[in-house]
Amino acid sequence: MPLITPRKSATNYDVIVVGSGAGGGMAAYVLTQQGLRVLMLEAGRNYEPPSETAMFQNNSDAPLRGTPTPDKPFGFFDATVNGGWKVPGEPYMIQRKGSQAWEEASDWEARKTNQSFMWWRPRMLGGRNNHWGRISLRMGPYDFKPKSRDGLGLDWPFEYKDMEPWYDKTEALVGVYGDNQGLENTPDSLNGTLQPPPKPRAHEMLIRRGAQRIGIPVIPSHMAILTKPINGRAACFYATPCGRGCAIGANFQSTTVLLPPAMATGKLDIMTDAMVREVTLGKDGKATGVLYIDKQTGKEERAVARVVVLAASGCESARILLNSKSNLFPNGLANGSGKVGRYLMDSVGSNLGGHIPALENCPPHNADGTSSMHVYTPWWLYQEQLAGKLGFARGYHIEIGGGRHMPEMGVSVKDGNIYGKKFKDEARRYYGSSVSFSGRGEMIPNDDCYCEIDPEKKDKWGIPVLRFHWKWSDHEKKQAVHMQQTFAAIIEAMGGKPGRPETDPEKAIMGGGTVIHEVGTTCMGENPMNSVLNQWAQAWEVPNVFVTDGGPFVSNADKNPTLSIMALCMRSCTYLAEEMRKGNIG
Amino acid sequence: MNNDQITRRESLKRVIGLSIALSAAGMPAFANTPVRGIGTDPNLLKKEIPWPLVLTDAEMKTVKVLGDIMIPADENGPEASAVGVPDFINEWVSAPYEQQQGDLKVIRQGLAWLDTESQKRFSRKYADAAPEQQTAILDDIVKQGTDARKQAYTFFKLFRDRAAGGYYSTPAGWKAIGYVGNTPMAEFPGPPPEVLKHLGLA
Repeated sequence: MPLITPRKSATNYDVIVVGSGAGGGMAAYVLTQQGLRVLMLEAGRNYEPPSETAMFQNNSDAPLRGTPTPDKPFGFFDATVNGGWKVPGEPYMIQRKGSQAWEEASDWEARKTNQSFMWWRPRMLGGRNNHWGRISLRMGPYDFKPKSRDGLGLDWPFEYKDMEPWYDKTEALVGVYGDNQGLENTPDSLNGTLQPPPKPRAHEMLIRRGAQRIGIPVIPSHMAILTKPINGRAACFYATPCGRGCAIGANFQSTTVLLPPAMATGKLDIMTDAMVREVTLGKDGKATGVLYIDKQTGKEERAVARVVVLAASGCESARILLNSKSNLFPNGLANGSGKVGRYLMDSVGSNLGGHIPALENCPPHNADGTSSMHVYTPWWLYQEQLAGKLGFARGYHIEIGGGRHMPEMGVSVKDGNIYGKKFKDEARRYYGSSVSFSGRGEMIPNDDCYCEIDPEKKDKWGIPVLRFHWKWSDHEKKQAVHMQQTFAAIIEAMGGKPGRPETDPEKAIMGGGTVIHEVGTTCMGENPMNSVLNQWAQAWEVPNVFVTDGGPFVSNADKNPTLSIMALCMRSCTYLAEEMRKGNIG
Repeated sequence: MNNDQITRRESLKRVIGLSIALSAAGMPAFANTPVRGIGTDPNLLKKEIPWPLVLTDAEMKTVKVLGDIMIPADENGPEASAVGVPDFINEWVSAPYEQQQGDLKVIRQGLAWLDTESQKRFSRKYADAAPEQQTAILDDIVKQGTDARKQAYTFFKLFRDRAAGGYYSTPAGWKAIGYVGNTPMAEFPGPPPEVLKHLGLA
């Protein structure tokens, strides 16, 4: 992406947008389309998907066959730059199992972590939106009013019907495949918006048959991947993993879909390697701009604008607010409620795999598809749950894995005692005969899960860092055990042999943050006493500060948050532009 | 942006970061020779192995022989050494990461054990032993209750699985295992009729 040169911000910006991922990219897109002049500050380096993405490289084109390392924890080709579970020089603080002491996060394997929390951050233009899973599920009517439905957690300050048109617009811009099934709390999209879903693969057809035998639905997944060209973007060519990013823009990334049209308006300046430290405040109690560290010089710089939009990611935006201390806001900007950093949520995660004899010795055929799942299972037990039959309050969806992927280091056979020709025959026989299931469930916000500024630790730029408190409630742990039982039942219904389902709730649930769906920390609400933002993602106490990442979420439905972050951002930024036009803000 | 400048700054940062990581993990920090890992921002379009390879010529000779016994040529594909598996094993065990350094220890000890065992039984090094002598030792390792199993099974299994990973992740390995793909298609056809028939879905 072209950057401003020299690295100096102008003095006449309407809005500073901090961050360039789902929230920042969408904010810049909407605001520039509305004619506003925007400066985008990104803490990472510039990133160019068309020239940097490894599309057809095979694993032997990578060091260590592309295997995950502490430097590249999702593998060599993963579209994550200078980050992952750790960012060099930019620590965060956690507690380890069995210890009360605060220490720097050091784990890089989420499945083995003993940390209280894991936090995935890249340092690149487009952020996590370059490698994300592309799963694009709408939150439904129940999801915006969970407290009204079952008495737990918090309600959003608006309803699904208020969000529906923004989902419609976001899906039309993003490009999502899937179909409308009219299922409970699994909203249909606007007629004609969704792209045709790809045909299911062999293992997905077997899973669908097995699951349906025990009353579990399996329907086309909703993914931000084009199966037909739109807006000058090519359709998917059914090869290469989406996690590497997409050089042809067939899947959705901020860097390929949102930032180019925003740049084309001539209204957007982008500065990368600019790490925002705090929002600056004028004598009138309104934000005047931001202080940032120019990472190329190490110097602190100042940028000014009429409005500041924080979209640095859930937690990182809270960190900026908490670090913005003044006489007027001694506990951090817009934090009169004390809720900045509070109600941190991730998704509940639990996985189980199994072996399916029917898939052994399958005739070789191309099963690459869109690289992501073609079908999935939405939550299907709403009524049983509401009737109190399940012992936990919220649902999950099932993400389906398996198939004949491009081989990685994990290739092996069950029999550890064979070698030679026999080994090769077994490898061929068993290849593609495993399936896996990942549950992604709703977590209820609680008082024990939050981030705050560590009293001592600073990063290499001198900015105080976050530390994370985390505790799952029984609702999440029981849900994870239910996932294990369900996955085992599906595998058995397929005539397969599941791995050992975990019955210990503490072990069934993955660690906090490891699903990388962290939201909350700058919650919306109807009351300034107990929320940070109003329903427009506007800070109650500082009307020219907005937050448009996952921070405003007050519940974290089992629907992966990216689509909702973008729809919510579109809604908030459209409001912001209108209010600026009316002269009410800035 | 001045990309050259960034690259130099980044690479310096990586060296520093790595030695800190290694000291923290209780690993030797390679005080005299700067050893770089992949880094957090490598060029993804170019394969570069920044660390020195540590296996000796003698060890590599055994690696090649053993790899080809584990993964021989057959009707579905060539032997391991034909697709660079020995060099891959060396690349793997030389990498400055905890897992790979752990593998180095197991593989080094295992290779030495093979030679000692072969000397004891056949008065020659493993790589120089006759094919039936080489497999005789492996057959003892995979047999329950043997001393050979006690001493070398961990090595056997690790070596086999790393060699398999290195082998099947090459285009020749794809063919050998039955992976078809990584090629652009206008439409995704779904499974062909012979697959549906195989699965009882036809």
